[in-house]
Amino acid sequence: MQEGTPIIEFKDVNKVYPNGTVGLDNINLTINQGEFVVIVGLSGAGKSTLLRAANRLHDVSSGEILIDGQSIVTAKGKQLREVRRNIAMIFQNFNLVKRSTVEKNILNGRVGYYPTWKTIFGLFSAADKQQAAANLQRVNLGEKLYSRADELSGGQQQRVAIARALMQEPKIMLADEPIASLDPRTTMMVMDDLKKLNEELGITVIVNLHSVSLAKQYASRVVGLRAGKLVYDKQIADVQDGDFDEIYDGKDQEVKGA
Amino acid sequence: MNTIPKKSFVQKWHVKAIIWTVIILALFIASCVMTGVDVGAFLTGFNQFMQIFYEMLKPDWSYVPFTIQPIIQTIQMALIGTLIGSIVAVPFSVLAARNIVTNTLVRGVIRFILNLVRTLPDLMLAAIFVAVVGIGPMAGVLTLAIFSFGMISKLFYEAIETIDMGPIEALTAAGATKTQVVWFAVLPQVYNHFLSYFLYTFEINVRASTILGYLGAGGIGELLQRSLGQFRYDRTAIVVIGTFIVVVVVDTLSNQLRERLQ
Amino acid sequence: MTIKKTFWQKYEAWIWAAVFVLIYIWAFSGIPVTGIQAVAGEVTKSILNGLFHPDFSYVYTGDGEDLVSLLLQTLAIAFAGTLASAIFSIPFAFWAARTKKGGLHVTSSTGKLFLTIVRTFPEIVMAIMFIKAVGPGPFAGVLAVSFHSIGMLGKLFAEAVEEIDRRPAEAIIAAGGTQFDVLVHATIPAVIPEFISLTLYRFEIAVRSASILGLVGAGGIGAPLIFAIGTRWWPRVAIILLGIIVMVTVIDFLSGYLRKKLV
Repeated sequence: MQEGTPIIEFKDVNKVYPNGTVGLDNINLTINQGEFVVIVGLSGAGKSTLLRAANRLHDVSSGEILIDGQSIVTAKGKQLREVRRNIAMIFQNFNLVKRSTVEKNILNGRVGYYPTWKTIFGLFSAADKQQAAANLQRVNLGEKLYSRADELSGGQQQRVAIARALMQEPKIMLADEPIASLDPRTTMMVMDDLKKLNEELGITVIVNLHSVSLAKQYASRVVGLRAGKLVYDKQIADVQDGDFDEIYDGKDQEVKGA
Repeated sequence: MNTIPKKSFVQKWHVKAIIWTVIILALFIASCVMTGVDVGAFLTGFNQFMQIFYEMLKPDWSYVPFTIQPIIQTIQMALIGTLIGSIVAVPFSVLAARNIVTNTLVRGVIRFILNLVRTLPDLMLAAIFVAVVGIGPMAGVLTLAIFSFGMISKLFYEAIETIDMGPIEALTAAGATKTQVVWFAVLPQVYNHFLSYFLYTFEINVRASTILGYLGAGGIGELLQRSLGQFRYDRTAIVVIGTFIVVVVVDTLSNQLRERLQ
Repeated sequence: MTIKKTFWQKYEAWIWAAVFVLIYIWAFSGIPVTGIQAVAGEVTKSILNGLFHPDFSYVYTGDGEDLVSLLLQTLAIAFAGTLASAIFSIPFAFWAARTKKGGLHVTSSTGKLFLTIVRTFPEIVMAIMFIKAVGPGPFAGVLAVSFHSIGMLGKLFAEAVEEIDRRPAEAIIAAGGTQFDVLVHATIPAVIPEFISLTLYRFEIAVRSASILGLVGAGGIGAPLIFAIGTRWWPRVAIILLGIIVMVTVIDFLSGYLRKKLV
């Protein structure tokens, strides 16, 4: 697959929550293979909903989402799980099983490749166990393989989560506010890790961020959401300093206009 | 001058408290009448009660060796009953947990069954199982299995409902099946709670199993029934002391282990 | 780079598993599995058959020996026993509660030991002793329930007293109040709702025990149940079981509702 082919396509996607809140409002967005997309916007603008629609942790109300040309909206059962296998995700709160070892947590990323009974008896192949150790080394935590997840610091846990995500051998990596619970130094490490995956392994990365400066530093493309609408979409080269006021202060302008 | 806010009639005369007191008193009197409570009879019969008590104060220590084997059996019954009950409880508790099973019908049916099981007193189950499988420890094991199943399922599903949902989301996103999600994201989080509740249920089962034998369901209770039937209260005392020691030792051990699990 | 697990990391789970398995091998060795009767299948069948054809004629006959009357009597035993026990438990609770910091707790420790002994003393044995004193019947059941409950209620009450907020008491002492003032204005208002809630909880348990005390002749629904089981009268067993299930469910629901309102 070459760069420039569409890998995620949102077509007229709407999401209305049962309580009437509009999560996504007619989103049309095409993300290409190998991009590093940062999604910015206020809290509640729909950033998380957009990411979770992409791997269908949330169902959408209408519209179509194609992953590598295949619809995830209509996928069911085994088919859905196979699509998900190609999309890794990391989370604001890391979502590790705190009482399990780092090794087990990383292998959890691989369960989609095995039949259920094999995983339950712990029958992961030696190659996958090797891969787990290698992925941990890739995020510079090699010596923590047998530690319990809750013994690690927040930044370390997030990097374990990245190692887990890599076990999926994903084409796409979704990251939902991956640094919101971290301090500035570990923030850089985690973002660097993501950048490395993007550049070295060619994984398409989509990250939700609050920080505009980080977005400008790492992204190849910046997308802005406001109240569930897509209000901004530019390649990094075209991004102007003043642009972000529009995304963040847009709400005020709307109020003034109304 | 300040005016003090007026209390309403209900507040001033504590109407609610008075109504409740009257209701409770009326129920109490009705209950006493219905059960033939007779303080006089109690006072005159009290020396009878004390008579037994005095006899129990002079335990027949030579009876101790006969209690060892039944006490061991009591513990074995409790161990096996707890194990069977807990194993069966695991799938039921997963199905009864609000955050795992979103289907209200399935959850409702499972919870209904669990509530039904919990209404049955242990001795009543013992009476029935003695009728089914005959006198002996087998009846006790089955009784304890059902009894602990009801209790432990509830403790388990309440533990499951308090877990961190994050890992579940992570596993789902990685393409895991429902079973894999439960196995890798739910069970590791509740594992220690489960062990702790297992031990707690074992403690309760030890207490329960000491009297099951009264109905022929094995264990030390059989000696309780025998000594009481022979009016050998000095031997009853030995059985009661033995029970007490076993309960205290098991409680202490189990508490130690449970603290280590924290 | 390869990382070695330490011995403990590698084998801890296995060691515990081995201990667990050994304990269970020992436990199973003590229970003869041959105990299952040849007729067990037959009996189970007739029980199930009976359970599907409950003896509805027993529900109410008007002679005071029917299901409804005896269930009411069971409730009466539990209610009278629990209420009496709640009142008697209060002094025991203050005896066993540890309210001062530091030092030895001779009073509290002896109180707790006493309550543990009462709690462990089999309720059935207590019922038999009271039957000797006042003759068979529900009154013996009331006495057994109320004495036995002191063991548990006293402990729970004592824990409630230990856990109350000490600051209002300090405020009263600071304002020049006596220990008696503290009791009346700080301690009692703080513990009363807690005590009521615990008593309701204990009542739920008492209903269950009152329904089996009849097994030894202490009144309630237990006696006809054991009689019906003894005579293999399964339709009768079935209706009594149904009655108990309904009664316990209703009481648990009511008590749970009241306890929620108290909080």
